Amino acid sequence: MTILVIAEHDNKELKSGTLHTVTAAQKIGGDIHVLVAGNNCGAVAEAAAKLAGVSVVKVAEGAALEHGLAENIAPLVVKLAAGYSHVLAPATTYGKNLLPRVAALLDVMQISEISAVEAADTFVRPIYAGNVLATVKSNDPIKVITVRTTAFDAVGPGGSADIEKVDGGADAGLSRFDGAELTVSDRPELASARIVVSGGRALGSAEQFQAVIEPLADKLGAAVGASRAAVDAGYAPNDYQVGQTGKVVAPQLYVAVGISGAIQHLAGMKDSKVIVAINKDEEAPIFQVADYGLVGDLFSVVPELIQALGD
Amino acid sequence: MQQREFMEYDVVIVGGGPSGLATAIRLKQLAEQAGRELSVCLLEKGSEIGAHILSGAVFEPRALNELIPDWKEKGAPLNTPASADCFLHLTETGSIQLPTPPQMKNHGNYIISLGNLCRWLGEQAEALGVEIYPGFAAAEVLYNEDGSVKGVATGDMGIGKDGKKTDAWQPGMELWAKQTIFAEGCRGSLTKVLFERFDLRQNADPQTYGIGIKELWEVKPENHQRGSITHTAGWPLDTATYGGSFLYHLENNQVVVGFVVGLDYQNPYLSPFEEFQRFKTHPAIRQVFEGGRRISYGARAISEGGIQSLPKLTFPGGVLVGDTAGFLNVPKIKGSHTAMKSGMLAAEAVFELLSSDKGNEAVSYKDKFEKSWLHDELRSVRNIRPSFRWGLWPAMIYSAIDTYLFRGRAPWTLRHKHADHECLQEASLSCKIDYPKPDGVLTFDRLSSVFISNTNHSEDQPAHLRLKDASVPVEINLKKFAGPEARFCPAGVYEFVGEPDAPRLQINAQNCVHCKTCDIKDPTQNIIWVTPEGGGGPNYPNM
Amino acid sequence: MKVIVAVKRVVDFNVKVRPKTDGSDVELANAKMSMNPFDEIAVEEAVRLKEAGKVTEIVAVSMGVKACEETLRTALAMGADRAVHVETDAVLEPLAVAKLLKAVAEKEQPQLLILGKQAIDDDANQVGQMTAALLGWAQGTFASKVGLSSENVQVMREVDGGLETVTLNLPAVVTTDLRLNEPRFVKLPNIMAAKKKPLDKLTTADLGVDVTPRLTLVNVAEPAKRQAGVKVANVAELVAKLKSEAKVL
Repeated sequence: MTILVIAEHDNKELKSGTLHTVTAAQKIGGDIHVLVAGNNCGAVAEAAAKLAGVSVVKVAEGAALEHGLAENIAPLVVKLAAGYSHVLAPATTYGKNLLPRVAALLDVMQISEISAVEAADTFVRPIYAGNVLATVKSNDPIKVITVRTTAFDAVGPGGSADIEKVDGGADAGLSRFDGAELTVSDRPELASARIVVSGGRALGSAEQFQAVIEPLADKLGAAVGASRAAVDAGYAPNDYQVGQTGKVVAPQLYVAVGISGAIQHLAGMKDSKVIVAINKDEEAPIFQVADYGLVGDLFSVVPELIQALGD
Repeated sequence: MQQREFMEYDVVIVGGGPSGLATAIRLKQLAEQAGRELSVCLLEKGSEIGAHILSGAVFEPRALNELIPDWKEKGAPLNTPASADCFLHLTETGSIQLPTPPQMKNHGNYIISLGNLCRWLGEQAEALGVEIYPGFAAAEVLYNEDGSVKGVATGDMGIGKDGKKTDAWQPGMELWAKQTIFAEGCRGSLTKVLFERFDLRQNADPQTYGIGIKELWEVKPENHQRGSITHTAGWPLDTATYGGSFLYHLENNQVVVGFVVGLDYQNPYLSPFEEFQRFKTHPAIRQVFEGGRRISYGARAISEGGIQSLPKLTFPGGVLVGDTAGFLNVPKIKGSHTAMKSGMLAAEAVFELLSSDKGNEAVSYKDKFEKSWLHDELRSVRNIRPSFRWGLWPAMIYSAIDTYLFRGRAPWTLRHKHADHECLQEASLSCKIDYPKPDGVLTFDRLSSVFISNTNHSEDQPAHLRLKDASVPVEINLKKFAGPEARFCPAGVYEFVGEPDAPRLQINAQNCVHCKTCDIKDPTQNIIWVTPEGGGGPNYPNM
Repeated sequence: MKVIVAVKRVVDFNVKVRPKTDGSDVELANAKMSMNPFDEIAVEEAVRLKEAGKVTEIVAVSMGVKACEETLRTALAMGADRAVHVETDAVLEPLAVAKLLKAVAEKEQPQLLILGKQAIDDDANQVGQMTAALLGWAQGTFASKVGLSSENVQVMREVDGGLETVTLNLPAVVTTDLRLNEPRFVKLPNIMAAKKKPLDKLTTADLGVDVTPRLTLVNVAEPAKRQAGVKVANVAELVAKLKSEAKVL
């Protein structure tokens, strides 16, 4: 069994999603090759070669591959795929854009966004927005898979893979890259932030919400969220709302401040990696899902926390 | 104001429950028999037919047999014949089996999901050519120049929280009809307007109500006895409060459990929701749910006034059918067959009227009702519910005498003297009730319950629970009655929040399951339930 | 210019889905079904392009059981001109849907195919890309802005960390993201009018597509419930744990 992992990168750096995907490949078991398709992306190939467990890095370079257009990369992957049992990519917008195109050309059914590996042909994947986990078995000769990056740890260094050049192929002539505009903001976006600080009705007013929650978010470089109760009470704008009827977030760290933790709110943040709850009421349901709970008055705890983080 | 679009039908029906659908089907059958065209349009505020339907339910097929005699062949979802009836009186730790009152014997009946029966009736109606439009709430009654009802208008869509039009705003639509059938279910919001406008309650007792709260469970096969029916009276309610539970075993290891509390209860500290939750912990009950999982939740008010509370049923341009008029049979705890029958009778009267030129009021509906089994049925049980104001045991004894000795023909009629909202005592005269905390396994809190009712309302719309006077909740409801709306609402819509010295009422309108209890029980009648944007509210599956 | 929009009938987003007791599949009996929200955005975008005079005909396509007709009627009420229903009771995987869509596109010869980026039931996020691949067309996935001219379509895409713009030769496939537009309320008069719009039926055999599934559903389960963690005594302990134990700071 040999697995091909499609690397995600910007021609300079390897994106972290690739590291998590290699771990998923290790779980499947077998020889792991990485494909780096881009332009002037030698540094990326070298970085990929150092990942633990990777034996071969294939590099395809060419102007047509520079911006990761699926129309140009898919034929390349299809050409290489014949030699592999599995083709994996991170379930990022890059991998999600590319891999179904590959699967269709190979006439196989892709398995999207796996969160666990049961066997070389059997995988677990969330459906219905993560409310249900489905275990599916593939009957296709080549398994084409995208990997939910938060479900697998990042692989460490320690490898020294061979780097092989492969032919990048021609431009399909279907599409053109015009430009990218990466978000530069002091405050990350709620839906994709690494850290989220959310405030609830215990904040008491819009002024206090700002005065307490925003400095903590600034300190952590976090996005700001709110419970529906806080939004309904007018303490925070509508688009801050996390929960059943608001946004669903799954950051590395979720700090719930003065949020009781009604199920409607939990539905929007229960997949966070680490949950911290700060609440006066020690019986608040939020503590049933929090990894770290601190019972106390948020108006003294939060400033203390900001100070402690400043050290 | 922009002119609203309109459409003309022979008949417009407001509400897709058993009564509205039975009316629609009967009308189309009559038109077919007479070989004439009859256009019938039915509006339903739920996102689909059945989405807002919640009932026990043990269903008596009498009306359905008359409406669609071959319902079995047509696949009506009546799958679980009633088997054993059991009537228990509970004390805190014990239970004794009482003889099952005749009205509560269910041989020949079926345990069903009324929502699914309505889904099926909806298909039958559509097959007959009824135009059904779910997701549109009739928000307004329209009148002709002569004062008769001209039809209804659906609500505008896309009005913001602040009451102003958003970019997505769409005006409602007018539906004009020769006859408009109001089949809104218990405490219809348009029916309320009609009561006033046409003085329909002039010769009727006040309507009285109950709130029914229901859960659907999937239980372990060894705890399941398909077809079994249990009712209880007594604990956890005190003897002054009318109410009791139901526990029915459906197919597929499903069990419905529910609790009804008469809304004439006096103690403002009483919480029907929490009474229901603690009922499930009774030793005679709890083992049914061991190892099971709760899969749905909902609540709905029911009319309990009986025949003496029935309003005038007709007015120029329209009629009332089903529970919005109040056709429920309380001792039987059944309102579906009566709702359907009332709709069928109304359909016959309306069809007669439309086939003649005898004015614009279907007056023969009253006559047809009085000659029907529906009238006999409701009349014979009329004294039972009112007798419960004497307390549980005197009422049980009286009911036995009324039923067995007089056979429902006692030469007197017990009246309903007060509306339910007038019955609430001041908090200072009442005992607080200490309800146990939910365990999250057998008993639950309101919000996790609402969660599985699949309830939603789009957030950017004005609250559909309106206060006549915004100061009343704190100044009167909270100060005098300890804020009963936070307890009688089974969906956590009403919350008193803020600092103890500056409390205010928070209305979480998105949680509303459209049970109408607040509109009924608010002691100051300050809360007005109006229809939200169409499609909002619960999405009950199998309820 | 002719546009096809593909719409899927899925369980309504308000409905909480749970596995059946035996874990064989999810329980959907009598659950409310609706148009996939991302597909609603696709229909809205097509209608806006038509209102802007860039599109002349919108054909809504759906695949699956008879009740998909309702979903197509909704698309017609939103502004699609006619509908095509590939009726089948078979379980359709994204690959099969893509093959069917390809066959319909070959019959209809549209310049643009718009559909949701994913369906909220299986969350696969595949059909648009697969259909583009099978047709040999360009793809603009996760669109948050669409600029259509007679030769090409410019698509602003929502990618991790920002936005990216691509220009695609026509014909092309565009998949919609949440921020592309806000679908209109469907007006009752339009629903009434939609009943009279044409809805054609096809079968998988008519299109010559083998829809046999490639995946076997082994089982479905609820995700493990989150366990309560520890209570910390003070801020110092909290910060220490976040740094050394959870390693999130």
